[in-house]
Amino acid sequence: MQGYAFDIAHMLAGSLVLVSFMMIYQDRIYALLNTFALQAALLALAVAWQAYTQNAPHLYATAAIALIFKAMIVPWALHRVVARMGIQRTVETVTGVVPTMLAGMGLVALSILLMLQLTEAAENALAREDLAFALSVILLGLLMMVTRRNAVTQVVGFMSLENGLILAAAGAQGMPLVVEISVAFSVLIAMIVIGVFLFRIRERFDSVDIEQLDAFRGEKR
Amino acid sequence: MIEIAAGLALCLLALSLAAAVVRGLSTASAFVYGASALLCLVLAIVGIWMLVTQAAEAEMRIPVGLPWLGAHLRLDALSAVFLTLLGVGGAAASIYAIGYGQHEHEPHRVLPFYPGFLGAMTLVLLAADAFTFLLSWEIMSLLSWALVLTNHRADETRSAGYLYLVMAGFGTMVLLLAFGLMAGAEGGYDFAAMREVERSPLLAALVLALMMVGAGSKAGLLPLHVWLPAAHPAAPSHVSALMSGVMTKVALYGFIRVVFDLLGPVEWWMSVPVIVTGAMTAVMGILFANVDSDSKRVLAYSTIENIGVIFVALGLALAFRSNGMEALAALALMAGLIHAMNHMLFKSLLFMAAGAVLNATGRRDLDGLGGLIHRMPKTAVLALIGVTAIAALPPLNGFVSEWLLFQAVLQSPKLSQPGLQFLVPAAGGLLALAAALAAACFVRFYGVIFLGRPRTDAAREAVETDRWSLTAMGGLAGLCIMAGVLPGGLIDLVAPATEMLLAARLPAQANNDWFTLVPVAEVRSSYSGFLVLLFIAISGGASAWLVHRFASRKLRRAPAWDCGFPNADPVTQYGAGSFAQPIRRVMALMLDANETVVMPPPGDMTPARHTIRTKDLAWSRIYVPLIAAINTAATRLNALQFLTIRRYLSLVFGALILLLTGLAIWN
Repeated sequence: MQGYAFDIAHMLAGSLVLVSFMMIYQDRIYALLNTFALQAALLALAVAWQAYTQNAPHLYATAAIALIFKAMIVPWALHRVVARMGIQRTVETVTGVVPTMLAGMGLVALSILLMLQLTEAAENALAREDLAFALSVILLGLLMMVTRRNAVTQVVGFMSLENGLILAAAGAQGMPLVVEISVAFSVLIAMIVIGVFLFRIRERFDSVDIEQLDAFRGEKR
Repeated sequence: MIEIAAGLALCLLALSLAAAVVRGLSTASAFVYGASALLCLVLAIVGIWMLVTQAAEAEMRIPVGLPWLGAHLRLDALSAVFLTLLGVGGAAASIYAIGYGQHEHEPHRVLPFYPGFLGAMTLVLLAADAFTFLLSWEIMSLLSWALVLTNHRADETRSAGYLYLVMAGFGTMVLLLAFGLMAGAEGGYDFAAMREVERSPLLAALVLALMMVGAGSKAGLLPLHVWLPAAHPAAPSHVSALMSGVMTKVALYGFIRVVFDLLGPVEWWMSVPVIVTGAMTAVMGILFANVDSDSKRVLAYSTIENIGVIFVALGLALAFRSNGMEALAALALMAGLIHAMNHMLFKSLLFMAAGAVLNATGRRDLDGLGGLIHRMPKTAVLALIGVTAIAALPPLNGFVSEWLLFQAVLQSPKLSQPGLQFLVPAAGGLLALAAALAAACFVRFYGVIFLGRPRTDAAREAVETDRWSLTAMGGLAGLCIMAGVLPGGLIDLVAPATEMLLAARLPAQANNDWFTLVPVAEVRSSYSGFLVLLFIAISGGASAWLVHRFASRKLRRAPAWDCGFPNADPVTQYGAGSFAQPIRRVMALMLDANETVVMPPPGDMTPARHTIRTKDLAWSRIYVPLIAAINTAATRLNALQFLTIRRYLSLVFGALILLLTGLAIWN
């Protein structure tokens, strides 16, 4: 049973990383949102599996929050935003997909190297692997934020980063529910705030390209 | 005892607040200065009492400050020596200031800061943990900065204040690093805990270097002295006296406390930078004093020289101690401490005299003064005692400490390291040069201000200064003579401090015949200021008697010899520039001196011009490039302020990756 549980958790966490990579090479915004929904669903599965193996019922709540908010409401809301604002449907990247993918691989290698080294003292192999994967997801989310121009894609990057955080939190046994709920709510609030900002930016500049903001800061470059 | 000392410090700080409240009253300045003088006198008495009775060290802890640390205070022999110094210097400056305050235009710019400045210095001397020490140190810096800015309307003062603030902040930051290193990983910021820590030689050297920078920047060590000749003269004269006479000594106290008390034993080679820097500081300081033509700036440069001398003494003490020669180390340290005490006496006296002249004439430039011995005879006599003392002429006190220092230098062949055997006599040579230049400098200082004929109307119409000021100067002059003629008492008074730091002391001097000083018994070198005074008195009196007995009593007046050119203009006298010229030409390389003569072509009626310019090499070689580098870096980094959001994110991301990679490699 123990090995079996480990394999499934490993697979779910690994597929989160995989989906992160999928998000990097999407070039349509709707496809990106769908991929993000897939990642959130996978996260819900991973957390639920942790709840089952750790016998921690409160993690089911976390899984449910992830499923409802992140896999359904947030992608749906972003779909609407994109549709209502008539945002350009292609993803505007800073560099090509290939260098980004290569950088992403480097980041995964770095996080695995680092985490396996740092947590050598920990006995739970699962927690170690989980942390390594979670750090990879976080770094890939950051990478996405850095290499995309459009505000919507940055929001997606940020949400994906949060997915990594929740994965790490679920892997560490005995995290209280309060912390998870607060994390979930902070994500939601960030989502709302960023959404409001999107509308505001759009109203002023007819675009959500964040480069447009620079001219407005009253300082010349 | 310590309760009284701590109470006095708090009273002084409270007096600052009171001064801020009553500053509008006409009697406010007399009240504030009078109360400061009283408190300082009690402080001096506490210090002397502690030293005379050789009372045990006392500690106390006040539950303020950091919750787990509190404020530790401690009164031991070293603190007592410097408390005495602070008390005497503070009392004299305060008494002087009572008179000075009568014609102060804007007393509210000085009064609220003055007692607090004294109180903060007291707290620095009493502090027994790094937090209290640094906090009091910083209060001391800030209040003195406020005092420097008293006359803030002059551009010169504002730039001096800015420079001082930057240097003081830098110094405190370096001290913070030094204490952080000494506290170690456990964070024992209590001095008692620091004493217990074992340190590697490298760490000890690092702490010593940081202390030289941190305390040295406040004391005026080369090349961190640049603020001192600008800031000390800019303050009102009694504050200048305090800053030069006392605050630099508080900085020295910080250095001695850390290096001799908290740091533990150090290697012999660590004394080398202290000795070399001290000797260079002494020579360069007095060179600048010799060519400057502002009376208070000359005194400030001379302060730098004296700090250099004291640092040489401290370096020698370190060298002797690392060789296990505690008695000789005590001799060198004693020379340093006595010189610190003496310097407080005569430098305060001279700053006060310069202040009296400034008050009477409104001028600080030497070339605008002259002949004041006729208009201000009492000030002139007191200033004469001061310049004789600072020029290290027997039988005054300046000679005693320099003599002690040279006794220590002469013992250098006993050191076991050849490097030190060569270095110390060389440093001694530089000190001798500095002493000679100091004599030249103060001949010039006194001669141009007080002798000759007045060069301006302001000097011609000067009037004698007030009684309070004369009282303060008289007291200091009396102490200069006392300390010079009866040095044994002062040495015995300070001896408990060397005993505490080095477990060795000079033999007791009080019971020697003819008040003779015998620092090292087996060498049999001795000096008696009393006998010298006796000789001077007898020979001087006898010659005076002979002259008056056999010479004609008839008063004759004749024109002064004027090289055959009867020109009555006082400008033709030997002036400050003329006195400085030989030294300026000989030392042109070190002073970066530059003379240009512009001769008008024949037929042109414009006068010929002779322009002299000297520059501080430390400023042009170190500070100007440094400022340029900082400006360049700031201009380059300025672009960072205008990045896009995505680029900011990239910066954060890059930094994170860099740190993670570093962590991965480091592990």
